[in-house]
Amino acid sequence: MELLSYLLATDLRMAAPILIAALGLLFMEKSGVVNIGCEGMMLFGTFFGVFFARLSGSPWIGLLFAGMTGMVIGLFFAFIVVTLRANQIVTGIALNIIAQGATSTLNRLIFGVSSQAANAPGFEVVPIPLLSKIPVIGDSLFNQMGPIYLALLLVPLIRWFMMKTTMGLKIRAVGEHPHSADTAGINVRSVRYGSILAGSFLVGAAGGFLSLGILSLFSENMVSGRGYIALAVIIFGKWNSWGVLAAALVFGLGDAVQIKMQTAGSSIPYQFLMMLPYILTILALSGFVGKAESPAASGKPFRNDEL
Amino acid sequence: MDTYETVLEMRGITKVFPGVVANDAINFDLRKGEVHALLGENGAGKSTLMGILSGVYQPTEGSIVLEGAPVRFDSARDAIHNGIGMVYQHFMLVPKLTVAENIMLGIKRPKEPLLQIDKASEQIVAFARTYGMDLDPEQKVASLTVGQQQRVEIVKALFRGAKILVLDEPTAVLTPKEIQELFSMIKMLTDQNFSVIFISHKIDEVIEISNRISVLRRGKLEATINNEGVSKEELAGLMVGRDVSFCVEKTPCCPGDSVLALEGVGLKDREGRPLLKDVNFEVHEGEIFGVAGVDGNGQDELLEVITGLRSASEGSVCIVGQEVLGKSPRQILEMGLAHIPADRQARGLVLSMDIKENFIINDYYRSPHSKRDIISWPFVRKHTKENIERFDVRTSSIDTPVSTLSGGNQQKLILARELHGKPVLLAAMHATRGLDVGAIEYVHQRILEQRAAGTAVLYISTELEELMSFSDRIAVMFRGEIMGIVRPEEVTIDQIGLMMAGSIT
Repeated sequence: MELLSYLLATDLRMAAPILIAALGLLFMEKSGVVNIGCEGMMLFGTFFGVFFARLSGSPWIGLLFAGMTGMVIGLFFAFIVVTLRANQIVTGIALNIIAQGATSTLNRLIFGVSSQAANAPGFEVVPIPLLSKIPVIGDSLFNQMGPIYLALLLVPLIRWFMMKTTMGLKIRAVGEHPHSADTAGINVRSVRYGSILAGSFLVGAAGGFLSLGILSLFSENMVSGRGYIALAVIIFGKWNSWGVLAAALVFGLGDAVQIKMQTAGSSIPYQFLMMLPYILTILALSGFVGKAESPAASGKPFRNDEL
Repeated sequence: MDTYETVLEMRGITKVFPGVVANDAINFDLRKGEVHALLGENGAGKSTLMGILSGVYQPTEGSIVLEGAPVRFDSARDAIHNGIGMVYQHFMLVPKLTVAENIMLGIKRPKEPLLQIDKASEQIVAFARTYGMDLDPEQKVASLTVGQQQRVEIVKALFRGAKILVLDEPTAVLTPKEIQELFSMIKMLTDQNFSVIFISHKIDEVIEISNRISVLRRGKLEATINNEGVSKEELAGLMVGRDVSFCVEKTPCCPGDSVLALEGVGLKDREGRPLLKDVNFEVHEGEIFGVAGVDGNGQDELLEVITGLRSASEGSVCIVGQEVLGKSPRQILEMGLAHIPADRQARGLVLSMDIKENFIINDYYRSPHSKRDIISWPFVRKHTKENIERFDVRTSSIDTPVSTLSGGNQQKLILARELHGKPVLLAAMHATRGLDVGAIEYVHQRILEQRAAGTAVLYISTELEELMSFSDRIAVMFRGEIMGIVRPEEVTIDQIGLMMAGSIT
């Protein structure tokens, strides 16, 4: 029982940054934008999250600024892929490379070259009264850090937004068939800008939560593939926010099991267990999850002068 | 009725694209409650003119006057707000969304930002009913027939307050029965004082439905005439600028041995739905075998199976007694197949490559075009020049990229490539689609020459009149099946139309 509760709690904690990033990506993908640069965007978030948390002394302010950093990068990304209509994949890859170099350089410039990683104030666990006393799930679900509750709330909220609001309908239409949306009088470019900015906030915040919530420090290249995993999570979750939650938990579980086995001194080399999430990613990206229904205009730049 | 109320006037519209004058000082007006047809060949400037009316393009010169007041449309949104509803040839519906979501898209809802789709659905059903139309608002658009999708487009435009409906080639994808339904819908709308601009290149339909007809040719307005006793030939003459004969003159057919034989050919898509079902027919030497049907009823797949681009799941396809299934497209070409694909720009040519490269694309690997994998350019140049002259491809040089050729010249280049040898079988699809009348005549002549020389011709088209005058026998396809094989002199167009909609004779 205790093991199960432990695994669930670790699962949720490890899944949270992936979940938040994937929800951000979901916004962009629904509007027809693929952001391979998620990894880099998160990395910027991890660094500036730690930077501003140290400056202000509050992890919440760090998290907020991590999200804003994501938005600044998102604005840049949107300008290149929406306004200049550049290839989204190439732009995303460039973003990843820039992020790796820039955050490492900034880290050494600001925090100096030392074996000691830059520490920051982390998030406290906030038990929810009564609910946290429920056996097994109480301790894992309702005895978590604040941002995790917010991330879980976002899941139904985003689903509701996409299905039940006029803005959500616009985003879905733009991602499926931008020409239809255009002839219906919708400004395709501004919808994509909006989706990218909103999504980038979440992706940046996901990075911030990774550095502030899980490790309370920044180390170079610490996202280590979680951005790509978030992309895989979208595919596993079939572009649906509940699906995304389930998929993120599957990936998180891989992490949780691996951590538990490491600390328990299992005879299986832990490197094999560490591979688990990445193998799942490859399977997802190579289409093993069945026919995934991606938005039809995914990754395609839009021109309204082509009839 | 002597007094007309003019709802729309387009005055002196000129639109210049780099290097092309697409519209040249066009005057066009629309009266309340009328159907005004815009007739012209592809490239005559109809779409550009309507693009200007719908806010997609801005005119270089000229003005639009709507109910007496000058207007300027900077975007599609402006045009919609001013009561202009476009129904494009390629529908602007999102397949994965429901009917109600499509209609509500971009409309301000009373309780923004809430969509309230259930209330919207009720509204739509009630609205459609006032025009005598039944819609199921919860169905996904992808699951509707083409005719139903068109109805959704029309309701979508009316729901946005359109008073003027612009229908761009609305009959292109419909069966004859659906066309009649569309026409009665148009009549019902004009009775309620809506005005309709009906864009088409099909003369018969224009004569049937419109009150007035404006003919465009090469960006210029040729004439605007009342549709009273206008003859087909008169309109055709205005469209192409000279007299046109609608008959294809051909010698009687004297078929020889069987060249292409299909037996029990079947094909399924990935989900196991049948694309072709038990297709059987033979095409003989010196015979033109037409295949009729509404687009998307298995014609593409049939051609792909015969040319080896796709493998059939069952049955057999033989060319002069040799089995084709399992052979590569190149092996089949080497058996004497000539192939004119449906989409000349996507499949027939490599647009960014030049004329000589496109010309040798079937043969570049073999002597005398190349020796030991090195292309013999002197031979290729000579060979290309001779043949493009023979096939009347008009170009300044064989080093010109084919993307700069006109549609007619592109098709002639494909004819030159496919027919300059002596094919035993010619498989052609939509060989005259989008060409002007002159080029159509040319393509027909060349194919008739092949027939006279003993080539077996498989000719897939959606143009019934063309098939009726051109083919020796016609097979009609519906949902992947051959509904029947008929001789054109023994049936009427209406009978074929019924077969195209699925009834067996």
